[in-house]
Amino acid sequence: MKYFQLIWTALFRKKLRTVFTVLSLSAAFLLLGLLQAVNSLFAGSVEFLGADRLIVQARTSFTQPLPMRMMPQIETIPGVARVNHSQFFGGQYQDSRQQFPQFAVNPQRLFDTYPEWVIDKDQRANFISTQDGAIVGRELANSFGWKVGDIVPLNSFIWVKSDGSRLWEWRIVGIFDGKNQEWQDRTQLMYLNYGQFDEGRSPGARGLAGVFVARLKSPEDSQRVAALIDSKFENSVDETKTQNEQEFQLGFIKQFGDIGFMMNLISGAVIFTILILTGYTMSQAVRERIPELAVLKCLGFTDNRVLWLVLAESLLLCLIGAAIGMGLSAMLTGALPPNFPPLRTDQRVWLFAGCTVLGLALAVGLPPALRAKRLKIVDALAGR
Amino acid sequence: MNTSVSAEQQPLVEIRALTKAYVRGKQVVEVLHGINLDIPDGDFVALMGPSGSGKTTLLNLIGGLDSPTGGLLKVNGQRIDEFGSDRLAAWRASTVGFIFQSYNLMPVLSAQKNVELPLLLTDLNARERARHADIALQLVGLADRARHKPNELSGGQQQRVAIARALVSDPKLLICDEPTGDLDRKMADEVLTLMQQLNGDYGKTIIMVTHDPKAAEFARRVVHLDKGVLVDETTR
Amino acid sequence: MSTFTQVREIVLMNMRSIPQRAGASTVIIVGIAGVVAVFVAMLSMSSGLDRTLSATGSMDRAVVLRGGSNGELSSFFDRASTTLIRQDPSIARDESGMPIASSELIVITEVPRKGQKNGTNVTLRGVQPMGFTMREELRIVEGRRPRPGIREIAVGRSAQQQFDGLHLGARLQFRGSEWFIVGVFSTDGDAHESELWADAEAVQSAFQRTGYSSVIAKLTSRNAFDSMKARLKADPTLTVDVEREQDYFSKQSRQLTLLIGWLAGIITVIMGFGALFGALNTMYSAVSARTSEIGTLRALGFGALPVVASVMAEALILATAGGLLGAALAYLLFNGYSVSTLGSNFTQVAFDFAVTPGLVAKGLVSAMTIGFLGGLLPAVRAARLPVTAALRGL
Repeated sequence: MKYFQLIWTALFRKKLRTVFTVLSLSAAFLLLGLLQAVNSLFAGSVEFLGADRLIVQARTSFTQPLPMRMMPQIETIPGVARVNHSQFFGGQYQDSRQQFPQFAVNPQRLFDTYPEWVIDKDQRANFISTQDGAIVGRELANSFGWKVGDIVPLNSFIWVKSDGSRLWEWRIVGIFDGKNQEWQDRTQLMYLNYGQFDEGRSPGARGLAGVFVARLKSPEDSQRVAALIDSKFENSVDETKTQNEQEFQLGFIKQFGDIGFMMNLISGAVIFTILILTGYTMSQAVRERIPELAVLKCLGFTDNRVLWLVLAESLLLCLIGAAIGMGLSAMLTGALPPNFPPLRTDQRVWLFAGCTVLGLALAVGLPPALRAKRLKIVDALAGR
Repeated sequence: MNTSVSAEQQPLVEIRALTKAYVRGKQVVEVLHGINLDIPDGDFVALMGPSGSGKTTLLNLIGGLDSPTGGLLKVNGQRIDEFGSDRLAAWRASTVGFIFQSYNLMPVLSAQKNVELPLLLTDLNARERARHADIALQLVGLADRARHKPNELSGGQQQRVAIARALVSDPKLLICDEPTGDLDRKMADEVLTLMQQLNGDYGKTIIMVTHDPKAAEFARRVVHLDKGVLVDETTR
Repeated sequence: MSTFTQVREIVLMNMRSIPQRAGASTVIIVGIAGVVAVFVAMLSMSSGLDRTLSATGSMDRAVVLRGGSNGELSSFFDRASTTLIRQDPSIARDESGMPIASSELIVITEVPRKGQKNGTNVTLRGVQPMGFTMREELRIVEGRRPRPGIREIAVGRSAQQQFDGLHLGARLQFRGSEWFIVGVFSTDGDAHESELWADAEAVQSAFQRTGYSSVIAKLTSRNAFDSMKARLKADPTLTVDVEREQDYFSKQSRQLTLLIGWLAGIITVIMGFGALFGALNTMYSAVSARTSEIGTLRALGFGALPVVASVMAEALILATAGGLLGAALAYLLFNGYSVSTLGSNFTQVAFDFAVTPGLVAKGLVSAMTIGFLGGLLPAVRAARLPVTAALRGL
């Protein structure tokens, strides 16, 4: 640390140049932070989802609803604790452009399969007993200003009522929370009582469950139980594909194509560009200081110590830029309105940024550092 | 030419048949041809000679900035001609102080911090480093300029800061390459008087390359080089 | 010397000295090339998607969907309704008097992307025999058409390229039913090429569906559309949305294209700032390298304008070079590069990146903007250098 002032003053020897370089590094890291937050959303945000839940969908596609009669069959499979059914409703609230998911489920079974949701006992009872009842997550309720007793009309682009209308009215009977912050952040959805849903839709569609959510007795079992479920319905009309919840969500996201690949490609271009920009600054900065470095060696600084000084300078430069850029990016992702996709500057993003800083500092600092190390005092002092 | 030394007193610098050759393109050019020279502890030697005579090369060798091609070079009892670059660096830090023609101060650091630089290589803590630097600056009469940057000081002042930097780690030997080359007469005399004091009052051994006969007059002994050999010596 | 001659001479003189500042010049070129490459690549993605989707369908055909559904996937008609729709007088008829229309049924199936294990959603489109003949753009490029009532599939050419296991003769399994791939079709690279096509009745039986998703019909003439729309909308027994086929597909892509456009914009602006600071650095160092030259010129009596012009010209030339390099990179790496993403109907649509001259122009404009801004301040500094200080090379 005693070298800090030496490194710091060397860095700001040419203030304007260093400031510009720091600014361009900041821009790069702001972008990297955002791109990688998107990447994290696509890769990592589902990581904490329970591995103790399986999603049973039709093998052809999850959009093909499975029939209700399969539920008891799934529940008898050893290792399965409790099963619920869930149908994507595809509703739109008034003219709101804000999309949020709704699922028609069996209210009795919801909290057995999702113990992560926390709700008042009376509200839960009301959800079970109210045919057209719905419960909404706290965040969602807050963003629309909904409270218990409100009627929410939803226009479903998928489900038509038997009278041909697409407008369904749901009565909010409860608002649920998450058991911890992670789950609280996810309270952006709505559960509908399957009762009104099944009765209301056209007769041909009745009795269809959607997908099944099976909660397991132990998460270690998930692979084995998934295989058991799939084999039970093999070669039937209702062939299934069973995955744990995380795989299911990931599969969903992967539909968008290789977003991660695109993000990484752009990140790569950004890193390469910044490498050239910063590399130039560093080599310029060291070139101007050749005599000074030679004097340091004269004073007894060893070759390696001089190498480390230059590397530390490069690291410091990259760190300052990265800190500003990542700070901005974290602020931006933190300030996103709740209806935005939950981009987060999570550990993975910080790790990525950290590794980039180290790699960049090394790539940018090593050539001039080696030059400084190999410097012959006599030549450098003589201006050769 | 050989300067004999009494048996009981080891010279601080002992040079025997010292040669130095450089490779210039495909040619090997020998700049020093077998120098023999002893410099006792507490001496103040001026090395003089026309340019190209090898005086700076010799100075660099004695200061451990470069390694000889052949011969023996013993300073303070150590065969520094056999040292590797890291050991040489550590040796320089503990044994030698350097003073250059163009001062070679770090332009971004204050006088105080410039003087502290060599102490970064020691175990001293920040407070002790500052104290040592203060003492060194007082010694060269610049205690009141400690916070100034080099470009806020006159040439003579800058050179005195450089001397303070050379002194701060309390080396036995001061190596000076044209220390007054960039200074006017008055400033030069001030600097040279200071060096004389360091030699007389503090017992620092000084080896100084100069082409200025007036500067050489401040030394106890003047050694002349020409075409890579010692040609003449005058002792005061 | 006139000002113009001065400017010309000094600019030319400076141009000749650019190679001496190769390191700095590389920085500006590479920095801007990076920005432009990413910008053009992203825009070419959105233009490729747009091209594929807006090329889908014809203005001479109409799509009839269930009213209120936002796409074919969520639209549903029973057999009676489709029969009724097909009778509309605006629909062209063939020699035998049959309406040239196809009732089609969309289901989603999962097929793994090449090199992946898990399935992605792919449209399986059940079409009536007329569906194959009424689309002039459709050609069978390999094998043959699926036969009516039989579980046979023709795969789109893009689908075959994007997804795994769709070669001729391959067997697919949907809902316990076996299907064979008997043909490969092309529709000039439009969105249908990302689909699997089979006979509508075969799809109905395999998926236990009774109705259809949509009716696609050939119009007697382009102008017949409005009357058809008005008639069907007015029919009390039907709830329908009617659109020209091409409009329908263009609309489906709008949101995605918009999204990509936004993304490209944000990314480019941030990257552009990064490159701008790099350009400023470079141009300041170019000016300081020329300090004594500029001082000499000013001492000789040259005005400030030629000096400013020479700095700006240098910045713009380097930026343009960077822009061209970036556009060339984007073209070489991405033009024609095929990807697929989630399109309408929640299924995959494959498309090629398209680097068009218009996009290259956009890229160059952004490059020159960065160059202009990056040159401005250093140019002003160059012009303000005091002659004496400049001569001393300070």
